[in-house]
Amino acid sequence: MSTATTAPDRSPDHRPRATPSRRPRQRPHRLRSRASTALTVAMALMLAYTLLPLLWLVMSSTKNSESLFSSFGLWFGHGFAFFHNVHEVLTYDNGIYVRWLGNTVLYAVLGAGGAAALAALGGYGLAKYEFRGKRAVFGTVIGAITVPTTALAVPTYLLYSKIGIVNTPWAVIIPALASPFGLYLMRVYALEAVPDSLLEAARIDGASELRTFFTISLRLLAPGFVTVLLFTLVATWNNYFLPLIVLNDPQWFPLTVGLSQWNTQTMGPQTGATLDLYPMVITGSLLAIIPLVVAFLLLQRYWQSGLAAGSVKQ
Amino acid sequence: MDRAVTSQTLHPRLSRRRAPRPGRYGILFVSPFLLAFAFAIAAPLLYAAYLSLFRQGLVGGNVFVGLDNYRRALADALLHTGLIRVALFLAVQVPIMLGLALVAALALDSGRLRWSALFRIGIFIPYAVPGVVAALMWGYLYGPRFGLFHQVGTDLGLGLPNLLSHSWMLASIGNITTWEYTGYNMLILYAALRSVPYELYEAAEVDGAGEIRKAVSIKIPALRQALLLCTIFSIIGSFQLFNEPNVLQALAPGVITTNYTPNMYAFNLAFNGQEFNYSAAIAVVLGGITAVVAYAVQLWTNRQERAL
Repeated sequence: MSTATTAPDRSPDHRPRATPSRRPRQRPHRLRSRASTALTVAMALMLAYTLLPLLWLVMSSTKNSESLFSSFGLWFGHGFAFFHNVHEVLTYDNGIYVRWLGNTVLYAVLGAGGAAALAALGGYGLAKYEFRGKRAVFGTVIGAITVPTTALAVPTYLLYSKIGIVNTPWAVIIPALASPFGLYLMRVYALEAVPDSLLEAARIDGASELRTFFTISLRLLAPGFVTVLLFTLVATWNNYFLPLIVLNDPQWFPLTVGLSQWNTQTMGPQTGATLDLYPMVITGSLLAIIPLVVAFLLLQRYWQSGLAAGSVKQ
Repeated sequence: MDRAVTSQTLHPRLSRRRAPRPGRYGILFVSPFLLAFAFAIAAPLLYAAYLSLFRQGLVGGNVFVGLDNYRRALADALLHTGLIRVALFLAVQVPIMLGLALVAALALDSGRLRWSALFRIGIFIPYAVPGVVAALMWGYLYGPRFGLFHQVGTDLGLGLPNLLSHSWMLASIGNITTWEYTGYNMLILYAALRSVPYELYEAAEVDGAGEIRKAVSIKIPALRQALLLCTIFSIIGSFQLFNEPNVLQALAPGVITTNYTPNMYAFNLAFNGQEFNYSAAIAVVLGGITAVVAYAVQLWTNRQERAL
């Protein structure tokens, strides 16, 4: 996307001036202004909008299907079926849910981890070295940000079935590896976070370029890397369209495709209403959310500063 | 690169060992990404363009048909319905979502909000919820059987409309995507606001500007580029709409047709109709339209900026 390249950077004032890893600055005017109740109430309404559906999910995961229909959605029902539901989810169909969870983790680790690593290497290369074809590479990548990846899903399926990797983990992992936006973010981040003088000092000391990258630069790039990793993690963990197309063996499904299939079995017109799966879809959904939410909460410091540096300067 | 020369004179043996100049390492660093890019994006894109020029023959084997598939797409009412639907979605949902995100980001940045860390993370959290799970959850909430809206509506004695019916479905999907992405956009805008140098605010305060004046005169202009980024990502997202309607289809099969969005149409053409070539053409058309709209928005913004 050429927001980045063609956008005139006419306002040097708006550029983050310090190193990107700085914590939000204390602003003197903050201390002077009073907290506004109206503003806090308005934001509380928004928070209620985002959190109440999740509260419903948590409450519903403690109910059996009979209680789901008869009790109020935002509070506990009769009896506490949470552990029963979890047990059902984990053991149904020979523990297929656990298999799906394992697949999701596999795709996330290899796909998202790989994508973040490639983006870090590439962004650093683009930011810190001059080489022939650099502008062409950067232009191509920026252009590719606007390529709608799900529009590519059907062609990807066709191509990968020609090569014969459809219905294998590779068909999910390989498309996840290229993150043009990740590369773009890492380039911006590397420009800000890795000073040229440090690299030149390392060169004078005789360190090889790769060694400099792994021992010095990578540490400086950490917040940006974590940011890109979290966003590629979300993209792979939440991926649905592509795995739905390229996989047809349930043994390789990620959680998203598996849960959706359970839902179809519950609701499907062909099966009528077999209520048994409702609690499983709900509890399975809740379990599928937890890892990412925990990751975001634990890594807050990193990704918030990475986001601040990376997405600001376009 | 004069430092490299210095190091050569200092360590002649060392420099012979690492013969390439540092600049060459740039290619080394970038090439793994480019390899992945070739397999993940470039090859499928080119293959789609290639396939779109053929038609599956009756006996087997592909027949070159030139632009026939594109001509068919131009006249295909089923495709147009989907395109109009996502365009409507784009025109309504994106401004609402970005408006909410903007207000929230300004509130976070105003310094007049209690518990701002809680709001920041709490409003962002839905982004970590998979789109499929969000659609399942909201689908159940909407549903007439044990959905929360139905419960509350019945308790209050209100006759709520069926949110999964034909006339409400698009709004219901819009609500799901708004729920998912408002916090994400809020954080991008908030991050951009954090980089406004506070000397600007001090100057404004000296001039007697209040919070609202500062928001309108300093903050929103400073957000122009970040807003553009959010808008373009939202445009791409809207044209690609697939997950939510595909999941909700199980709950409302009569409402969500196989061509509800262009992506669903491409999917169903390929996997239920075996029309791979035409499906590839639609993928190309969809990618093209997205790129053109995103580019037009960007041009328009730049022109606005120049006019200021």
